[in-house]
Amino acid sequence: MVTLTDYLVLGAILFALGMFGIFINRKNMIILLMSVELLLLAVNMNFVAFSHFLHDIAGQVFVFFVLTVAAAESAIGLAIIVVLFRNRASINVQDLDHLKG
Amino acid sequence: MEKLTLICLGVVLAPLAGAIIAGLGGRLIGRSGAHIVTILGVGISFALSCYVFWLLLAGKATGGDYVLNTDLYTWLQSGPLQVSIGFLIDELTATMMLVVTFVSLMVHVYTIGYMHDDPGYQRFFSYISLFTFAMLMLVTANNFLQLFFGWEGVGLVSYLLIGFWYEKESAIFANLKAFLVNRVGDLGMILGIAAVLSLFGSLDFAAIFAKAPEMTGETLQIWPGREWSALTVICVLLFIGAMAKSAQVPLHVWLPDSMEGPTPISALIHAATMVTAGIFLVARMSPLFELSEAALNFVLFIGAVTAFFMGLLGLVQTDIKRVVAYSTLSQLGYMTVALGVSAYSAAIFHLGTHAFFKALLFLAAGSVIIGLHHEQDMRKMGGLWKHMPITALTAWIGTLALVGFPGFAGFYSKDAIIEAVAASSLPAAGFAHFAVLGGVFVTSLYSFRLLFLVFHGRSRLDHHAAEHLHESPAVVTGPLLLLAIPSVLIGAPLIGPMLFGDYFGKAIQILPQHATLAEFGEHFHGALAFALHGFTALPFWLMLAGAGTAAVFYLLRPEWPAMVRQRFSLIHHIFERKYYFDEINQAVFAGGLRGIGGLLWRVGDVALIDGLAVNGTARSIGRLAGALRHIQTGYLYHYAFAMIIGLAALLGMIWYVSF
Repeated sequence: MVTLTDYLVLGAILFALGMFGIFINRKNMIILLMSVELLLLAVNMNFVAFSHFLHDIAGQVFVFFVLTVAAAESAIGLAIIVVLFRNRASINVQDLDHLKG
Repeated sequence: MEKLTLICLGVVLAPLAGAIIAGLGGRLIGRSGAHIVTILGVGISFALSCYVFWLLLAGKATGGDYVLNTDLYTWLQSGPLQVSIGFLIDELTATMMLVVTFVSLMVHVYTIGYMHDDPGYQRFFSYISLFTFAMLMLVTANNFLQLFFGWEGVGLVSYLLIGFWYEKESAIFANLKAFLVNRVGDLGMILGIAAVLSLFGSLDFAAIFAKAPEMTGETLQIWPGREWSALTVICVLLFIGAMAKSAQVPLHVWLPDSMEGPTPISALIHAATMVTAGIFLVARMSPLFELSEAALNFVLFIGAVTAFFMGLLGLVQTDIKRVVAYSTLSQLGYMTVALGVSAYSAAIFHLGTHAFFKALLFLAAGSVIIGLHHEQDMRKMGGLWKHMPITALTAWIGTLALVGFPGFAGFYSKDAIIEAVAASSLPAAGFAHFAVLGGVFVTSLYSFRLLFLVFHGRSRLDHHAAEHLHESPAVVTGPLLLLAIPSVLIGAPLIGPMLFGDYFGKAIQILPQHATLAEFGEHFHGALAFALHGFTALPFWLMLAGAGTAAVFYLLRPEWPAMVRQRFSLIHHIFERKYYFDEINQAVFAGGLRGIGGLLWRVGDVALIDGLAVNGTARSIGRLAGALRHIQTGYLYHYAFAMIIGLAALLGMIWYVSF
């Protein structure tokens, strides 16, 4: 029997993977985008798990919202990356330090 | 409203109306319009003043409460303090109103001739009418604030008129100097008024005088551990105000320089009326000054110093107007001496006679200046009486009145002052007696020196000036003749009632122990006897000695003055530099203040406020930001990391607080 805790542990592992993907990745901006997606999916996992165990359908409704927004977000993110590449001829994260004080 | 109140309102407002019309509409009404409108205003004012004076005397004759003391409206109210605009018309005020409006009227007429070619004609008439208004406000005031309004008003007009020829640098310097010196006095005046307010809780003259005798024991603590008699402090402070206006040592420095202005205003403002405002103030405050022996001594001493030492300076001046100016200083000193020995009525009497003969002398000097096309140096005159007989005659009359020739107006007032000083028992009276007696000799010497240098002796005119020399027009000689009449006549009929009779009624109050004039009055047997006695008294011989010395030096032996100058070059130098008052003021006060100002500017403004406060704030914020900006790496993952750390910290805090 798979318990709620197992689902939550899976969600936490996914979230941690996404977070470290952001911190440790120094090269590719697309991986950064994927890591963000992973964070969102980890949250979705929790939503679905709670929805199932608490018998509340609202959690699954939220998952659809999150998925929609995540799709829009990755579309915009990819578009930004395209524009960025045109301007700077690189999507290497370590080169992108325009905000340096 | 009562009839008398309305008339007084007319007296005060007629010149103001003239001033406003001539000042604002000067271009519309033209030159003749300006002088017609202002002379009309002052003329109405003079006629109504005569009527007020007559009403007052009539009311006095029938007895009863003839003094008008009325509030027109409330100017301002602040807590228990109520300040009104009002009139206090008693004998003192009525006398001053007559003197002011008469001299002002004469000067208005005279100005038509004197300022004939000046581009600022309308402006000038507007100013002198405005002056008349301010001076009337001053003398008719029934409370301190209104008096102060008039006081500042005349100061302002004096400033405007000294600098009337504002393109002349020396005139601008002189008017600034007059303004600044008067500010020093005004500070004393304001402090005095404030002290009056704190002690009496009122600014109304009648209320203050009624309460004054109860206040003799009151003390003020100016600095800790030292108690001062409150009345002495008030009187001295008010007198400091009077010192600046009435040009007493050491605040006299502005008056000689004020001669930069046109001659009519020298006559009106700086000889006859405004400078006597201080004398008037002290006379008006007689119920207060009477109660303070120390203040009276102070007044007496300052007056004596001014009367003698300022007269001496008249001996070395070469500018015709400056001689008369120093003579004015000296005569103001005499008035102040009279105030000091509680002979207030003698001071006002001398004020009145002096107003006539000094205005006369100034206007005569102005007539000479017109005749010589604005030449003022006496060394370039001489023998003018042949060309300007009326001017010479009136100048002689003015001079005889000034030196106190028995029978002339000045004789009665000046000898009354000398007698009062002799009868006084104040500590400073001994010195003052010598000063006023010495002053008689000096007055006579410089007055006859002026007469002989200008009107007699060998002509030292340059060729060009001599050709155009002629007597001045009727608008100039008319006022001279009209002023000459009172200079001769008003002494004899007025001395009896004014000094020894009940002329001033309750307007002037004298304590029995200060009644110097009453003491002198015991020996007084009519004006004629006084004049006859005058021929045998010491002042007459001193006066003759002065005249004789002047005759020898400037008529018989014109080469002697130069020899004397060489022999006593040190003294001459001190006189020439006017006892170094100007230099001391310039170096110590002007220089010192500029130094302090510069120091405060560099330390306070530039270093502290600009450097530390304003720019310092900006610079320290910049430095802090410069340090903090190194946190900003620009790498996305650093920001994300910071967000996570922040989130963790916040969650940790919530967890910590809730469990």
